[in-house]
Amino acid sequence: MKWGLVTFLAVATALLVALAWLQSGGLKQHAMFSAATPEEAVQALMSQIQNRNYQQAYASLDRSSDTDQASFIRDVAGSDGSLRTYSSLQTAEVSPLHGDRDRALVRVRMNWSSAVGSLDDVRDLHVRRDGSVWRVVWPKSALSAVPPQVLPVNYLSWDVIGRNPSQSWGGQEEVDAPKVRITSMNAISRPGRVVILGEVENEDTVPAYLNVNATLLKADGSPIEEEGSFDLISHVLLPKQVSPYRIDFPGVRMDAVKSVRMDARALLVPASADPVIAVSDQAISKDALNRNVLKGALVNQSGRPVNIAQVLAAYYDNFGKVIWVSNGYVDQALMPQVPVPFAVDIPDDIAARLKNYRVIVNHYSQSSH
Amino acid sequence: MKPTVHRSFARCRRMAGLALLCVLPGWARAAELHLPAAVEAGQAFSVHVEGSGEASFYLFGPDHVVKRTVSLGSDLQIQSSDVRTAGRYQAILCDSSCTAAMFDVKAAQPAHLSFFLHPSRVPVSSPGSIDATAFVFDQYFNLVLTPAAVEFRVTPASGTGFSREVSTRSGVASMRMDSTPHEGRVQVTAVLGKVEEARVIQQVAAEACGLRMKAVASGSLVTLETDPVRDCSGNALPEGTVISFTKIDESGKSTVDTPIKKGVARVQFSVHGRAQISVACGVVLGNEVALNGKL
Repeated sequence: MKWGLVTFLAVATALLVALAWLQSGGLKQHAMFSAATPEEAVQALMSQIQNRNYQQAYASLDRSSDTDQASFIRDVAGSDGSLRTYSSLQTAEVSPLHGDRDRALVRVRMNWSSAVGSLDDVRDLHVRRDGSVWRVVWPKSALSAVPPQVLPVNYLSWDVIGRNPSQSWGGQEEVDAPKVRITSMNAISRPGRVVILGEVENEDTVPAYLNVNATLLKADGSPIEEEGSFDLISHVLLPKQVSPYRIDFPGVRMDAVKSVRMDARALLVPASADPVIAVSDQAISKDALNRNVLKGALVNQSGRPVNIAQVLAAYYDNFGKVIWVSNGYVDQALMPQVPVPFAVDIPDDIAARLKNYRVIVNHYSQSSH
Repeated sequence: MKPTVHRSFARCRRMAGLALLCVLPGWARAAELHLPAAVEAGQAFSVHVEGSGEASFYLFGPDHVVKRTVSLGSDLQIQSSDVRTAGRYQAILCDSSCTAAMFDVKAAQPAHLSFFLHPSRVPVSSPGSIDATAFVFDQYFNLVLTPAAVEFRVTPASGTGFSREVSTRSGVASMRMDSTPHEGRVQVTAVLGKVEEARVIQQVAAEACGLRMKAVASGSLVTLETDPVRDCSGNALPEGTVISFTKIDESGKSTVDTPIKKGVARVQFSVHGRAQISVACGVVLGNEVALNGKL
């Protein structure tokens, strides 16, 4: 009876310890430190990143990795209020590219969920054998250092003084809303949807907050559906600035549409003319997954960080007609003067027809100028 | 007061008056009310009521109702506060029977102007682009329907001003005019007797005209700066107007949308090999600069 109790307590304690080990990710850690194949090593690393165990993830990297812990965490978890800091890793698809006995190259396609939708990040990682286990060699972050300097910037902004509601009718008028004009509109049929796209210009001398809506009409003039451009437009347009827009109508067939009613609504808003973001080295190419992309780099020409940037690209055919508008978010913050790469998808049929393109950048900064 | 409130109030007033007249009998023996056909808003007046004893007096106006007990055989005082709103009034006097009469209250002398000047911003040299409209009200904010002469005095920032007199029609005077070729504020004042109301609009530069840039090379960098950006009348485009620079060279295409600051737009590109650089402001294209790989 006495020995029975002792045995029971010992078994129960061992079970509880095992449970706690499993609970604390011991199994994953074990898998990470005992990865028998390159794919297992990358998969285990992704699991740690998904669970935000960055220190353990860093500890599992190969010693030849040219990065320190802070840089690694900044690379995978984001920094400076960037979109990555508001994202979490949902899935990671691992596929081997090639390898030998001691080294391998593994492609990982990370899918991050963020406040603006899912974002893909494709990386080719080198993996190295370390005794009986494989370890990932994490590359050094490509952030270039900008020397300390003083950057003179003349900040230009617009403030708006609204109407005083205590005044009698006609006693004080509201300032007119900005004048905007839809300079082009094109309706195209895409698989499973109708798409309205084009460009809109702020013709006024004050900034505008803009929304473009479209209503598809039947032959009898009755509406089929109304949609807005949502985030496929630059909502804040400075004087004489031109933005592309795209409005999707999923589930609508082109042959049901007789005409389209467009509506551009502009509001007068306070705005800043800074920061200026240059879009450099734009070129059409193929990405790692062999998709057509428009690549380039964003350069924040001001002296303060831009937290979140969105790239909007309009594509034109031989006749200068807008044939597609695509967008993409950049999950790194734009630090002053540092080029940050971007890539936006182009459908294959559009890539075959496009003659020219134009890129503009939407941005969000926590510290307003 | 909103028109819907006016309508519902008028409907209630009519129904109340009708009910009062229907319910109370003895119409044939009613004391008579002799009211003036028209009264000026805010002017008190009195009416002699014949008979003896006491009676109830009701006054239904466009925006209020008055009930008062009056002594017959004396003067019935209508106070100025009872007839401030222009419109049709109905007076009912009831003792053992009721009698009714209608009269109109017309707006008093002009005392206020509500002045609208549109738009608040207008491009220079645009014909018929400025619209000035003045509404004439009396001191109780009744629209004055009798014709009155409103003078519009136009004072541009530069150049000589002018004035134009317009007679009101149904209480409204309006005029259209062209914007002048020079940017800046234009003050328009509506004047009626001693009443003045001023508004300001901003005449702004039109589209860019003759947009030109020049390139200055320094190492592998080229700095591009526009000439002062002006419209076809020579007015400087406002600060903050976006100028788009596009460079195409061996590294691809680069674009910068930069605002005009201190009259010009400036941008810097790094150049690799032969480059073609263009400039635009909205839908207006400027000159192109070709660099042959020698900086």
